[in-house]
Amino acid sequence: MTTTYEPNQVLSNETFKVVGTRPIRHDGADKVTGRAKYGADYTAAGLLHGKTLRSPHAHARIKSIDTSKAEALAGVKAVVTSKDFPPTKDTADFGLGGQPMDRFRGNLLAGDKVLYRGHAIAAVAATSPHIAEEAIGLIEVDYEVLPAVFTAPDGMADDAPILLEDLTTQEFGKDTGRKSNIADHFQHKMGDLDKGFAAADVVIERSFDTKTVHQGYIEPHNVTALWNDDDRIHVYSSTQGSFVVRASVSEALAVPVSKVRATPMEIGGGFGGKINVYGEPVAALLSKKAGNKPVKIVMSRAEVFEGTGPTSGSHTTIKMGATKEGKIVAASANLQLEAGAYPGSPVGAAAMCVFSAYNVDNVVIDGYDVVVNKPKTAAYRAPGAPNAAFAAEQVVDELAQKLNIDPIELRLMNAAKEGVRRADGPIHPRIGCVEVLDAMKAHDHYSSPITPAKKGGKTGRGVAIGFWFNIGFASSCNITVNNDGTINLIEGSTDIGGSRASIAMHAAEVLGITAEEVIPQVVDTDSIGYTAITGGSRTTFATGWAAYEAAQDVKRQVVARAAKIWGVDPDSVEMVEGVIRSKTDTELNMTFKELAGQINATGEPIVGRAAVDPAGAGASFAGQIVDVEVDPETGKTDVLRFTMVQDAGKAIHPSYVEGQMQGAAVQGIGWALNEEYYYSKDGKMDNASFLDYRMPTTLDLPMIDTVIVEVANPGHPYGVRGVGEAPIVSPQAAIANAIQNATGRRMTSLPINSVAIMEASWAAKTS
Amino acid sequence: MATVFIPSLMQDLTGGQQTVDTPGSTVREIINALEGDFPGMKTRLMDGFRLKGNITVAVDGEVSPIGVLAEVGETSEVHFLPAIAGGQRKIA
Repeated sequence: MTTTYEPNQVLSNETFKVVGTRPIRHDGADKVTGRAKYGADYTAAGLLHGKTLRSPHAHARIKSIDTSKAEALAGVKAVVTSKDFPPTKDTADFGLGGQPMDRFRGNLLAGDKVLYRGHAIAAVAATSPHIAEEAIGLIEVDYEVLPAVFTAPDGMADDAPILLEDLTTQEFGKDTGRKSNIADHFQHKMGDLDKGFAAADVVIERSFDTKTVHQGYIEPHNVTALWNDDDRIHVYSSTQGSFVVRASVSEALAVPVSKVRATPMEIGGGFGGKINVYGEPVAALLSKKAGNKPVKIVMSRAEVFEGTGPTSGSHTTIKMGATKEGKIVAASANLQLEAGAYPGSPVGAAAMCVFSAYNVDNVVIDGYDVVVNKPKTAAYRAPGAPNAAFAAEQVVDELAQKLNIDPIELRLMNAAKEGVRRADGPIHPRIGCVEVLDAMKAHDHYSSPITPAKKGGKTGRGVAIGFWFNIGFASSCNITVNNDGTINLIEGSTDIGGSRASIAMHAAEVLGITAEEVIPQVVDTDSIGYTAITGGSRTTFATGWAAYEAAQDVKRQVVARAAKIWGVDPDSVEMVEGVIRSKTDTELNMTFKELAGQINATGEPIVGRAAVDPAGAGASFAGQIVDVEVDPETGKTDVLRFTMVQDAGKAIHPSYVEGQMQGAAVQGIGWALNEEYYYSKDGKMDNASFLDYRMPTTLDLPMIDTVIVEVANPGHPYGVRGVGEAPIVSPQAAIANAIQNATGRRMTSLPINSVAIMEASWAAKTS
Repeated sequence: MATVFIPSLMQDLTGGQQTVDTPGSTVREIINALEGDFPGMKTRLMDGFRLKGNITVAVDGEVSPIGVLAEVGETSEVHFLPAIAGGQRKIA
């Protein structure tokens, strides 16, 4: 364990030639020069511009829509509403699991009801964005405004207004028949909870609330769609999953999947929010209705906030008990997550993660998926887990205080490790929870005094740890070998965080070439086999694995070709670190580059391919140490020092792992201290701009130290664990714990902004 | 035989049994066998030829993207779990 302070440490156990190095990203030049093509850059001859009419009400019945004035406006080429969708089947699977089509299409263009302010109702295509905007204003909608509900507890109330008349509560496959806003209730149970609490010397029970927050990607959603005269549809959009786009457009418009081609443009951030599809089918509908002209829709920032999926607000009650020696003997959680307008909150993931950093024998977890009059939620890095960790990690912190045990030590005493059963059932395989906690404990930050106040405020330190399970799923990769010894690597994973580089490095390592000698390309759905989303922390793990296997395919062919050239048995030839050589004759050897130069003269082209659907994704843990200063006069909290520790299994490109960790710290700080959808009483988001939706800037942040722990994942050729999500799970809790340490007050609602701090302070004085 | 962990909200079908040893080399065969012993199980878990949209399955701790087609070993553990995001098994 390192003890010397360095801002960015990699605690590595195994070294490779390419893997673990820091080459310059392949797409860097295009991106820093502004030449990279994003969706909003797309243009085409005859391009029309689309705009969307959105609901001003949080909940209303649509009595009628009159589009005649808009259609009559000069320059308007098409107007569509939900009535323009063709008949289709009841449910469909877009690679995201089955969904009822009426709900999916209802979120694209509302049917007989609008369920949130910002809900799309109609769309216009016109010769200019200004005409389209004017036409939107000419569409007349007659609403019957209905009472609305905005939080999970309110939505669960017996007298709550019902959003979806056909929704009845499901209880693990059983239809209760109860009409309700509770779409789903499930329970995980392990051991004997009552017996566990009876054995506890200290029991803490608290309830916590989190608000709706947005992923805050810089690039708004955009799409250009052309429904061509040959009935093929080509969609260009900013997406985390081109195959999701293809399937969604196909299903929404009832056209064969082979008729849809989805091209992923460069993406300016997604964080899970660009998995769901919004404008793609609508733009295609407009294109067809406008006479097979390309139609481009670029959302405004307000539309992104109000019309796309943020993550869930939540209400969580946690109860935990421990013996005086520090053994956690019982834990229960009641998780109520807002799904937004249609079922599908990440409460399942919240339940998987809430206690998974710990070894607890007696656990009950109840989860509720609740529809409310807000935008349909979408994924946001480790969806659901931060809501759960904000609650559980504060209760663990409080247990440590009551027991007078160091908070990292208490976590270590109860840490999950290989062989421990999670409350949701599965047994942990090899994991790095202990190693992450050890690295936190050994870090210079933890052994140093709390960073001195800069503005005379109260200072405090907090820690927390978070778990994310990670996923594998399908990926495809093709490699062609060029005569100069470079390779073209063709893949289908949108590159959000440097995955071109990390995937290319997998192939380079196998073939013994440099990362720069790999030319990675992200291509459209006609040009690569099915590849699941860039999400779930799966891309470097699974698409990297596909690149590894495709490179192995190339390697086999290269060895065979060398044997053919030399006239020897292929079994007597091997390839080691980029050199092809005879196992028996030292005179027979050549580099990969030398062989590549002979490919065309010695036989067929060498093309490697791989399609994988790997298990063994390997969970990741990340922990934080945070120092804060709280101004007692204003309630403002400044983060003075922040250290992020994460188990990456093996950091293929450490800089991009550190980027994930630092980015998660920044998002966690914003989520903890400022960010929220600030709603008026009638469901209008009052801060639907980046001016008022307060995300952190560099002026709000300290340098963020990182420690990459490498507990190799036995399920991956290089030991990779996904890194995109675990670090966002618990920064909010660590900051809340630091604020408690500074002020003595346990903050149970996010965001912990100046108002919350001051109200807690005044309340304490009053009481 | 594989050990199937019965979700607590389905234990009304198993008379409170939390685990059941069940024969089968795939999740589909496991469910069919469960249905034989505990009628109603299949209806709760499956919709036609696939798992219901809000349910997923983990075999030996690995959530299966291929649902009922997942292979099950003689000593496997099978867990039926809520889908990660209410009908969205594959998630960010």
